[in-house]
Amino acid sequence: MNKLILSPEEIQEINAEISHYPDKAAVAIEALKIVQKHRRWVSDECLVAVAELLDMQPAQLEGVATFYNLIYRQPVGKTVIHYCNSVTCWMLGGDRVGELLCRHLNVGLGEMSADGEYTVLPIVCLGACDHAPVAMVGDELRLDLTEDAVNEILGR
Amino acid sequence: MEQMNKPLTKNILPDRVFATLADYESTGGYQGLRKALTELQPKDVQQWVKDAGLRGRGGSGFSAGLKWSLIALDGGASQNHYLIANADEMEPGTFKDRMLMEQDPHQLIEGMIIAAYAIQANAAYIFLRGEYHLARQRLDNALQEARSKGYLGEHILNSDFNLEIALHTSAGRYICGEETALLNALEGRRATPRAKPPFPLVTGLWGKPTVVNNVETLCNVPHILHYGVDWYQGLGRGADKGTKLFGVSGRVKYPGLWELPMGIPIREIIENYAGGMQDGYKLRGFLPGGASTDFLLPEHLDVVMDYDAVAKAGSRMGTGIMIVLDDKTCPVQMVLNLEQFFAQESCGWCTPCRDGLPWTVTLLKDIIAGKGRIEDLDTLAGLTRMLGPGNTFCALAPGAMEPLQSALKYFREDFERYISPHPNPLPEGEGASGGNHFMSVHKESS
Repeated sequence: MNKLILSPEEIQEINAEISHYPDKAAVAIEALKIVQKHRRWVSDECLVAVAELLDMQPAQLEGVATFYNLIYRQPVGKTVIHYCNSVTCWMLGGDRVGELLCRHLNVGLGEMSADGEYTVLPIVCLGACDHAPVAMVGDELRLDLTEDAVNEILGR
Repeated sequence: MEQMNKPLTKNILPDRVFATLADYESTGGYQGLRKALTELQPKDVQQWVKDAGLRGRGGSGFSAGLKWSLIALDGGASQNHYLIANADEMEPGTFKDRMLMEQDPHQLIEGMIIAAYAIQANAAYIFLRGEYHLARQRLDNALQEARSKGYLGEHILNSDFNLEIALHTSAGRYICGEETALLNALEGRRATPRAKPPFPLVTGLWGKPTVVNNVETLCNVPHILHYGVDWYQGLGRGADKGTKLFGVSGRVKYPGLWELPMGIPIREIIENYAGGMQDGYKLRGFLPGGASTDFLLPEHLDVVMDYDAVAKAGSRMGTGIMIVLDDKTCPVQMVLNLEQFFAQESCGWCTPCRDGLPWTVTLLKDIIAGKGRIEDLDTLAGLTRMLGPGNTFCALAPGAMEPLQSALKYFREDFERYISPHPNPLPEGEGASGGNHFMSVHKESS
């Protein structure tokens, strides 16, 4: 019954992934990411629906969903900005990037901006330490961040 | 000739967005595969790679050919084997595999096809970090090209060998880079490590024999097959063979990544390639191969980048990508940042790691807040033993203890300064991020 919550597109995309694996449960992460692509986050209802589609127990899938940094179990803004807080970025001002983003948007970490556009979250090393500090804006990696660059990201 | 000295990066050019299939083929791409499939048996390929001396570039340093040779090939066609490319690059301070996949995706794919042939696997996965969106696009595209050119699929290059490669993208968790946790992640389970033995080579993905190799390791393979063992051995300057990607980040003049011979002195990388320290900063120490390696000091600059040489100096080559500690960054706060990372990324599966890492973080925070006692340093030293090798399922906690134990050894006065009756930490503004450089240092480069 819960499957109906998912759109035909979501179900189709999830089924396409299933073809790559001998076991449906292996699609768990991809399926959650597909739902997230369409809805920005994974609600309880969607989680149960995906579990049913993959023949998993909801608790089993929840164990997977809550394990990962990039699966959101609560609403997020249209664009999630992940600023790196691992060692090299930390050394070169990564936390300051996070502070500036939060201050400009008037949000705390993990909260959605009033206009629903942004959520700011810390993330571990993004693998671009030679250009620290860095952030991932949506899917896009932004390097060598300065205060001007932070303003530009937010369209100011 | 440039391309013979730098096999891994010969197709990565400053004026090129990334190497297409045509670019890759024009410098000998897929010739190694052709040789393997038409002239060599799987066992021969294993032997070539073993003889070449290729060691695991993900940090283990284990012989790649030896690993492959431990897969039993006598099960016949009914026995499934799997090959996995570990592309879950997430070791803080490490940025090598991303470049290889974004800039020359076919090199990894060819390496995987040859490796799969060597272990007779008909299915392979690339386990890619969820954050690497550009790498995903380039690899997706390259896999399609490889399929349409007959490098993947059935009867590859008219041989009897069949292979499919699927791209799996993860969703961000450091532990997934641990090979048995990776297997659980790929199966759709919570990514906790598995007990070893049985090793993945015997019981791996869905219970089948499985080889997991790092991206950079696999990228070496086509060149060994194409140019031969002798050529490959000639690339290294010391005990270890071949070239490797080495990098430096932190307050050096030119942070970056370079393909250089194994056995190159660390000094040459930091001083010549990275240009030495930025003006106004002195080198205080460095992590030679990512967050989970022991600090080394300026006195170790003449150590060469060989697995055994760095181990002898008291650390590990790890990923070979260095993080530099300058004299205006507090080592205690740097270690706190590292331990916060490990505490967050611990999967919580075994007690020493799950409880010991947050305890470590609490102690370090208290010390930095001026609430520490001198006995806390003994407690921290005790933790480095309790969380050390042999007490946990995987290497996460032991890795987390490496920068801490070496910081306690080399930078003890920095810890004690916070604890003395009149705590005198670094002056205001020179602590967490060494002052207000965030807005100044990068202005020119942006």
